[in-house]
Amino acid sequence: MSNQNQQAVARYHNNFLREVEERVEDGDWVKMCMQCGVCAGSCPLGSAWEHTPQKIFMMIRAGKRDEVLKSDAMWMCTSCYNCIVRCPRKLPITHIMHGLANYAHRLDMAPKGQPTRVIAKLFWDNLVKTGRVNELKFSLAMYFKDGFVQGIKNAMAMQSAGLSLVKAKRLNPMEIIGGHKCKDSSGIKKMIARAREIEDRKKGFTS
Amino acid sequence: MAKKNYAFYPGCSSQKGASASNFVTSIGMMCDKLDIQLNEIPDWNCCGASIGYGEGGELPRLALNARNLALAEKNLPGQDLVSGCPACWLSTRETAERLHQHSDLMAETNVALKEAGLSFKGGVKARHMVEVLIEDVGFAGMKAQVVKPLEGLKIAGYVGCQTNRPFGIAGESFENPMYLDKMIETVGAEAVSYDQKVTCCGGALAFSEPEKSQKQIRDIVESAYDNGAEMIVTPCQLCQANVEIYQSEINKKHGTKLAMPVMYYSQLMTVAYGGNSKQAGLDGNIIHSQKLRDIAAK
Ligand code: SF4
Ligand code: SF4
Repeated sequence: MSNQNQQAVARYHNNFLREVEERVEDGDWVKMCMQCGVCAGSCPLGSAWEHTPQKIFMMIRAGKRDEVLKSDAMWMCTSCYNCIVRCPRKLPITHIMHGLANYAHRLDMAPKGQPTRVIAKLFWDNLVKTGRVNELKFSLAMYFKDGFVQGIKNAMAMQSAGLSLVKAKRLNPMEIIGGHKCKDSSGIKKMIARAREIEDRKKGFTS
Repeated sequence: MAKKNYAFYPGCSSQKGASASNFVTSIGMMCDKLDIQLNEIPDWNCCGASIGYGEGGELPRLALNARNLALAEKNLPGQDLVSGCPACWLSTRETAERLHQHSDLMAETNVALKEAGLSFKGGVKARHMVEVLIEDVGFAGMKAQVVKPLEGLKIAGYVGCQTNRPFGIAGESFENPMYLDKMIETVGAEAVSYDQKVTCCGGALAFSEPEKSQKQIRDIVESAYDNGAEMIVTPCQLCQANVEIYQSEINKKHGTKLAMPVMYYSQLMTVAYGGNSKQAGLDGNIIHSQKLRDIAAK
């Protein structure tokens, strides 16, 4: 168990609802759910969700901490916002799913190697470096996320699509040696570091 | 007519050599014709996209978007921020609204912004390019510039998710928005009825969950064929890329023969306004529409 996870367990004594309210983005909305089930039928990758958003809200209230945070359900969210516009109680469901995934990731309870967890981190690391996303480096990092041999296989499998993008001038091989960046990339780095520091303090990630 | 000025936020995918570079090409002539002046926000940064949540958390993402808002407020005062990318628009607008509603988040965001030498007062509105076209130019204004109506072209208007939800275009329904069909008809083409209009393409999960997303994409393309469309048109960069790029993968895996062109509304408008195929960014597509090229070459 990670240190931060132990601290959280000690602090909230199995009151998982309160933990979510205090530490998860828009978590204070969870108690407003009336279990109508509308969101449960709204996710595009529906059958891939181990627990629907409706069920996740019920599990939070029932204190099923491990089952929620270790699940890969939230990582199936495509950010389609179907649920948000349909929920009769106006819960910001998308944000809560993102918030739960982020919280589980920070506590290192999220499933290891979960593909969306992996690419979400690659994407963020890519953008923090220069302030902008470098699509070529991002794609290469993605192909090699499972190791070198699998990376070659992945890259080969998408090679025809990649080459047609290069031909259509929509994937620039020169980006690997430079590419786009913000002038004030150092200011951006400092800004993000400060924002993270404030958030960590608020959400109890610093001891 | 006096030019209308906007603080333009292109976004990462619209940079030169990036996946939606042909989108930016195609809006150039469209904006000229419609007296829209786009002033690029100096040194803008990535919005964090939706997928940024995994590592980025809440405040770092608010700070990223607030930096763009602050740069617009400082350098292009009085102008609305406009983006052509739904993800950029959504992140920026969500940030502007959240900071407006929560003074504590506004204060914390400004502490972070100070590290980049900026501050945000909250005076910028974030809008989508399509809103500008519909609300500031209007359908009649868009139609007035048509010199080559795209007659006989049957098009499936694919709105997708983030242009449509959670904000959408004022006065439109989430389940069946009509504005894209109207835009298609404004340039003289025919909008076919299309049951996958607001289906999700998988978004960023096209990378991480390819099988599941490609099932979505296959439905989106096959429904366009079933309804007699010769082309899909969309306002979304990620929809455009996902639905176009993965057709060849789906063909390889399932023996299908999908080859449906996927274009931006701005490419249609540029051709209808008399632009050539270069101005419309048609060479940036992987799956070509011969019909649209022929009209552009006329
Ligand atoms: S739609 Fe809203 S109220 Fe209904 S189950 Fe989902 S979150 Fe709860
Ligand atoms: S935004 Fe996420 S949680 Fe909401 S319907 Fe879409 S996939 Fe489901």
